[in-house]
Amino acid sequence: MTETMQQPALSAPQAAPWRISQRRIVAFRKKFWVLVLFLPPALLLFTTLVVLPMGEAAWYSFYRWNGYGLPTEWIGWRNYEQMFRHGAFQQALINNAWVIVASIGVQVPLALWLATMLVKKIAGAVVFRLLFFMPFILADVAAGLIWSFVYEGDYGLAGGIAKFLGVQAPFLLDDPNTAMSAVLAVIVWKYFGFHMMLFIAGLQAIDRDLLEAADIDGATRWQKFRYVTLPMLASTVRLSAFFAIVGSLQMFDMIMPLTGGGPANATQTMVTYLYNFGVARMQVGFGSAVGVVLFVICVVMAFGYKRIFMRND
Amino acid sequence: MKLLKSALTSAVCALALFGAGPALAQDGQVIRWMHLEANQTYLDAWKDLAARYEEQNPGVRIEFEFLEDSAFKAKLPTLLGSPNAPSMFYSWGGGVLKAQAETGTIRDVTEALDANGGEWRNSINVGAIEAMTFDGKVWAVPFKQDVIAFFYNRALFEQAGVDAEAIETWDDFLDAVRRLKEAGITPIAGGGGSKWPLHFYWSYLAMREAGPEGFAAAKAGAGFDSEPFLRASQHLADLAALEPFQPGFLNTSWTDALGLFADGRVAIALGFPSTLKPESQARYASDGVGLSLETAGRFAFPVVEGAPGVVTDILGGVNGWVVTRDAPEATEDFLRYLTSLEGQIYQAERQNMLPVTTGAEIGKTDESELLALEQMKGSTWHQNFLDQDLGPNVGGVINEVSVGLAGGLITPEEAVRQIQEAWEFEQ
Repeated sequence: MTETMQQPALSAPQAAPWRISQRRIVAFRKKFWVLVLFLPPALLLFTTLVVLPMGEAAWYSFYRWNGYGLPTEWIGWRNYEQMFRHGAFQQALINNAWVIVASIGVQVPLALWLATMLVKKIAGAVVFRLLFFMPFILADVAAGLIWSFVYEGDYGLAGGIAKFLGVQAPFLLDDPNTAMSAVLAVIVWKYFGFHMMLFIAGLQAIDRDLLEAADIDGATRWQKFRYVTLPMLASTVRLSAFFAIVGSLQMFDMIMPLTGGGPANATQTMVTYLYNFGVARMQVGFGSAVGVVLFVICVVMAFGYKRIFMRND
Repeated sequence: MKLLKSALTSAVCALALFGAGPALAQDGQVIRWMHLEANQTYLDAWKDLAARYEEQNPGVRIEFEFLEDSAFKAKLPTLLGSPNAPSMFYSWGGGVLKAQAETGTIRDVTEALDANGGEWRNSINVGAIEAMTFDGKVWAVPFKQDVIAFFYNRALFEQAGVDAEAIETWDDFLDAVRRLKEAGITPIAGGGGSKWPLHFYWSYLAMREAGPEGFAAAKAGAGFDSEPFLRASQHLADLAALEPFQPGFLNTSWTDALGLFADGRVAIALGFPSTLKPESQARYASDGVGLSLETAGRFAFPVVEGAPGVVTDILGGVNGWVVTRDAPEATEDFLRYLTSLEGQIYQAERQNMLPVTTGAEIGKTDESELLALEQMKGSTWHQNFLDQDLGPNVGGVINEVSVGLAGGLITPEEAVRQIQEAWEFEQ
């Protein structure tokens, strides 16, 4: 009699799963107050700082508005039409793609290569790690300013080196054909340290025994890397690529001091385009349209990437 | 506990009273003056004038607020809509001022100008007032104006065998550029990085080709998709084909370009009246001295043969102070003081500006500035900078196409098409 009256073990799922156990109810009650206390502020912040502005931007994008007072001139899709027809916007899209390609194709392999060397406990490894990480600590604007002096053909470092070698100084930032490549070089320089640190952490998490086992089996260094290290690093690489993509869509602070989006719109990115053609021209409606397009691209990228590549991470 | 509480309460009350005290006693007005002037000497001249005004008007206090040029342009729309709006701010007139007037955040000064039988209005140059007038109302108080002209290096011209006095037409000018290139001299200082310096060329060429009537018609609605503007763009493309600018000019800022001119590394610069002033040259030149009217000269923008524009049509800015809607009443009175003969002469003596008040020219002693004043006095048409006059959007496009044409990156047809497109978008 008494046995049937006893409660069954609480941790195992019940025969009738729709019956919530007593313990779970108690646990939920405790969590309930935590939820009530912490959820509203987060929701409030997210709504007022993300959702509302996004909604407002979408609304403004259908108006021709100079930013003063309230928008009054409804123009429907004209802002979007103008934007997609504009050569500078198309260039901005292409440049954003280039930044992603450079980040994933140059930055990540470079960071991986350096990480494999610096993860070992050799003399000076920590010093080098610090050196390579330092560009990342610099503010974007400061980095842009410094490199604009480096690239200066007349009075800057490039000019000085050219004079020393006795050749005509190249004006990399002033030629529409070379400006974007010069900017990409700065971007790689700025962020490779961050990815390197990610990879070092990932490499340190790899079990020594696996590599020893591979050694015993007679694997070469390259085979060890290809068949042991890389697969174990795969999720870190995917994370790195994700950061690279998200970061490149936001690229603004470094481009402004370097080239301001020029010469002749050769180095525009989505955000510099938004600033130069939207805000600076007092065309806030147009700028909002660019913002909406940028938002859509970001959301598609973020969710798509997570869905497709990071499904199992 | 009770004692502590009452002590605390009395302390807070005392603090509040002390804090409110000065405000109650003053009952004064605070004029917040927003400016873009980074030069300390010029700023001091304004501070002196403000101090004098405060002495004569004890209830008024003037506060200075500074914003750098591009930060100012970007921040102004938000500022004007907020309670932090300044009382008066800097303006280049034109379509931008018109756009600001339409928002209802500024107030017009017509009444103050016309008071006492138009006393204030009549003391100021008519052209300057007109530049700030829309729909019969005056939206800013002008205080300075300028005219853009060519400055050249005498030694370099001699070296190339160019006579500045003989340059009368655009073809003469292109010829001079060719000769400078043949002599191995970089002809023109280009400020493509700042963009607007190159729009001086397009603007002048457009003025020459279209003439005052053609221009007025374009602005009134005919637009820019017509022969005169196409020809103007072609002229600039012809100049660009000669490759007259210094290497890397597409990214060079205006100050760096002027530095090249002051250092004698380029022969020509198209710029402001203050270019040859000793203190300007000292600032731009590496040796701290630069050029002077002895080593450099000035000539007006040439005419285009067969086109309606004449050499006395000039391009130049008119700058003024705009009063915001909620500014204190004393603001207009202070502006009257700033533009009075006394105020304008004081500024003319100490700053780069060319005054707008009749009679204030005696404050100008620098010879090159006097030449500019003379040119302005004899002008038949004083056109405001196109990148301001046509509004921020079309103006921005004009800057862009000027850089594009000067760099040989777009064709004249493409340039005109872009301007027309931006223009139609505004209508």
